Amino acid sequence: MLQMIPPKETYLSIRDLWKAFGSFIALKDISLDVKEGEFICFLGPSGCGKTTLLRAIAGLDLQTKGTVTQGGQDVSNLPPSERDFGIVFQSYALFPNLTIEKNIAFGLENAGRSKAEITARVRELLELVGLPDQGRKYPAQLSGGQQQRIALARAIATNPGLLLLDEPLSALDAKVRVHLRHEIKELQRKLGVTTIMVTHDQEEALAMADRIVVMNHGVIEQVGSPTEIYREPANLFVADFIGEMNQIGSSVAKGGRLAVGEKTFACLPHGLADGTPVIAAVRPEDVIPHEAGYLETSGNRNCIDVQLAEMEFLGSFWRCRLTNKRFGGKELIADFSINAVRRLGLEAGCQMEIELPDNRLMAFPVAGGEGAKQ
Amino acid sequence: MTDTAQDMLPSGPAVKGKLSRDDIIMRGSMIIIALYLVVSLVFPLYAMLSKSFSTYRVELSQYEFQVSNEAGRFDGTILTGAELNARTNTFADADLSTGADGRLPVTGFFPDFSFRSPVMYQIRNTTDTGRFLIGSNLQTGTDWVTLDSNTFRRVQLRPVKAQGLDNFVSYFSTPALFNSIKNSLWIAVLSTVVTVSLAFWFAYALNRSCMKYKGVFRLIAMAPILVPSLLPGIALVYLFGNQGMIKELLFGASIYGPIGIVIGSVFFTFPHAFIIISTALAISDARLYEAAASLRSSPWRTFWTVTVPGARYGLISAAFVVFNLVITDFGLPKVIGGQFNVLAVDIYKQVIGQQNFEMGAVVSVVLVIPAILAFAIDRLVQSKQVALLSARSVPYEPQPNKKMDRIFFAYCTLIGIFIAGLLAVCQFAALIKFWPYDLSLSLNNYQFDRMDGGGWGSYVNSIKLALMTAVAGTAVVFFGAYLVEKSKGFRTGRALFQMFAMLPMAIPGMVLGLAYIFFFNNPANPLNAIYGTMAILVVCTVTHFYTVSHLTAVTALKQMDREFESVAASLKQPTMKLFARVTVPVCLPAVLDISIYLFVNAMTTVSAVVFLYSPKTTLASIAVLNMDDAGDIAPAAAMGMMIFYTNALARIIHLLASRGILKKTQAWRSR
Repeated sequence: MLQMIPPKETYLSIRDLWKAFGSFIALKDISLDVKEGEFICFLGPSGCGKTTLLRAIAGLDLQTKGTVTQGGQDVSNLPPSERDFGIVFQSYALFPNLTIEKNIAFGLENAGRSKAEITARVRELLELVGLPDQGRKYPAQLSGGQQQRIALARAIATNPGLLLLDEPLSALDAKVRVHLRHEIKELQRKLGVTTIMVTHDQEEALAMADRIVVMNHGVIEQVGSPTEIYREPANLFVADFIGEMNQIGSSVAKGGRLAVGEKTFACLPHGLADGTPVIAAVRPEDVIPHEAGYLETSGNRNCIDVQLAEMEFLGSFWRCRLTNKRFGGKELIADFSINAVRRLGLEAGCQMEIELPDNRLMAFPVAGGEGAKQ
Repeated sequence: MTDTAQDMLPSGPAVKGKLSRDDIIMRGSMIIIALYLVVSLVFPLYAMLSKSFSTYRVELSQYEFQVSNEAGRFDGTILTGAELNARTNTFADADLSTGADGRLPVTGFFPDFSFRSPVMYQIRNTTDTGRFLIGSNLQTGTDWVTLDSNTFRRVQLRPVKAQGLDNFVSYFSTPALFNSIKNSLWIAVLSTVVTVSLAFWFAYALNRSCMKYKGVFRLIAMAPILVPSLLPGIALVYLFGNQGMIKELLFGASIYGPIGIVIGSVFFTFPHAFIIISTALAISDARLYEAAASLRSSPWRTFWTVTVPGARYGLISAAFVVFNLVITDFGLPKVIGGQFNVLAVDIYKQVIGQQNFEMGAVVSVVLVIPAILAFAIDRLVQSKQVALLSARSVPYEPQPNKKMDRIFFAYCTLIGIFIAGLLAVCQFAALIKFWPYDLSLSLNNYQFDRMDGGGWGSYVNSIKLALMTAVAGTAVVFFGAYLVEKSKGFRTGRALFQMFAMLPMAIPGMVLGLAYIFFFNNPANPLNAIYGTMAILVVCTVTHFYTVSHLTAVTALKQMDREFESVAASLKQPTMKLFARVTVPVCLPAVLDISIYLFVNAMTTVSAVVFLYSPKTTLASIAVLNMDDAGDIAPAAAMGMMIFYTNALARIIHLLASRGILKKTQAWRSR
């Protein structure tokens, strides 16, 4: 049963959703479709509205405006108890005075199941989350990671159509977190349950999600697969929030090229008018190192000479800080492979050239500017 | 995508959530409990307030009279009551202002009146509001009524009800009454200063020294909570009364009056001040003391710059709590106040002694003002102390200091002797045959059935009341607190509920009891049926002690995960199942605390129920009061000690039961 269930039709549909707390608007005109079986992450800095959106979907805090359709049914104004979802909170909210078994069985009761059926289902779930022997313990006797799995087992016990995870991993230490995110993803694939997870940890989102919804200040900035979000950020916020991004003040020159000082670079198409002030952006790992004088020999106009100010060894690569007065006092950060450093004989203080590949160099209008990347 | 063309919420109605069954159940229950508080608190208080503004006055100009000659013929001369009174000076102006039951005879208007004479009289009201009685028949119309002289002497004029400040005017123009304000304030302030100072050093010794037997001292300090406030009064009578054991120590001063009230007040308010100050001292931060020591501050300077400021909220809070307890207390000044009048006793005297309910209501309103002020300031201060608690601090560990530890031990022993001594005197008095003439031991004083006050039956009634209050009160209070803490939306309703729940703390027991008379003793009230039953005593006691119980429940509930209800809803389980299976078991320690608090207070309370008991529902605490009133002081002491032992036993059972239950139900707490 390990094959991935291919995304099917739209399961959850959010339309024109607004949420206001008094005069503060927490969600602005959100529309989003989630396909059946999909794993979606709401990603954004704290206060961006991601948890508010999740709670609106659950019916825990009703939206002010807009509709939520789940499985073809309009659930916009239904209370949580009349919707179909399981939820895991950051605190897990396990009932402290009930054993693990009873915690998991809590939702199975009063639904016409026999005692034997419930016991069997609890055992099945305990095995599913890898804690078959812990049923008789109390939550306080388990580690944080174990509690997290119990909360998950309780949430999926009734086979809900939608699984909601509200920062489920943020209370755990780093190692457990990495391990658990893999397990949750596996479990989700196995069950094929449509899942929405809220997180502020981009690594988590990139590793787990089929699609990421990047949010900021109550609006959706971009929706896309992890690679799309990373490689083709829709705007400067996404570019800056996900991964690392060098940002250099620049403006649009003739032919859509980017002018940095008197030098111009070819870049990805951006559709901005000549003269628009923009931020030229490139990720550290996309910077290609060359020896000094490469521009002369190759004629590659996307190269620029820099001084290697500082090198930091990070195990699998070198993080280098590169300076050039055209960068406006900013350092350009580049990650070079150990191989390249050795081949080019790079060391702190040396002069070198770098290439900013035209299919990796992006241009974004300065924040607050008019017109997004087309 | 960053361009949001509109940042304004589109117009149109907001999404209105459909209420789930749970929402409806919870809101419904909350409304029921809120209604309970309205009926048991707000309505009675309103009835009392309106009573204090109700004035009754006989309007003489509303009556007209005619007198016949000896032959029974009327000559047509019509005289108003006002004219007749002006001519004969029968009634002074003050006689005309009267109470709801006021009646004025009319024969005084006619100096020649004789009930044997053949002269006939006619009387009528000039307005529809006029009323007079013939015998016990009320006459309201404006038609002339002709009466022979024998019937005419049975005519009585009835007053007209109006709204006004007259009651307050007459209160403040009667020095005997308004002097009580000064007396009450003076007594309360003095008792507060003494109690808070004594309790501070006691708490300081227990928290900041290494002296021995701290547990014993803590236990003794808490003992006064278990007895009615009037019991120390009885002990003081035995010690310093006219035939007191050591009355020479007073050098001729009388214990009956301010001295007795202050000493007794210190006794019964001591535990309250001690708990609050002790809590404040317990949370002080050791790092501040380390800093002070490293700066070479002298211990005295450290005390004034670190200790006292750290405990200042506790001190202020304790002061207002004690002030409130003393100014609203009724039992103690009743027993030992002598001729020294205070507000709480005035209410009792006006209502029970003089049947002047309107004046009782006026004194109540006067008493509520300082009580509410003290309460409001205390709440304000306590909300600040919570902020202090949340600081991340290192607990202070006292260092042994032989000299200081010895001084503190001596001090605590003195306080301990004071508290335990007064109780011992009561017990001793209860077992002596006839102080001071026959000092042989006997159990005669326990034959309560031979005394006023209801006998052993009142003791049984008290236990019934305490148990019912504990069970019903805990259920209502905890469930109410749960609903208000954990239900969703419904903000106005919840805010109102919170307000109602805080109100009882500000209302003195005497005021509450009197308010109940006005509200429940009204024949027009459908709830009139519970007047004079055990039910009204339970309702009154639960309401009287609602606030502290409510706050205990809220504190416990706030420590529960906010998302339990969300999880239960997502699992399609009713909230009430969650409440029964998780909330109550987890909060069981708080639930038990609330129940013992209600039990002990129901056993000792006097003030609210003194107006409400009936011959069938006499109570032990009231019996103490009544036996003392009747001069049976030794049996009063005996009954007071019965309350003490009952409460002590209840506390022990509570302790054992909670340990047992907690072991069973709280196994999850241990890792």
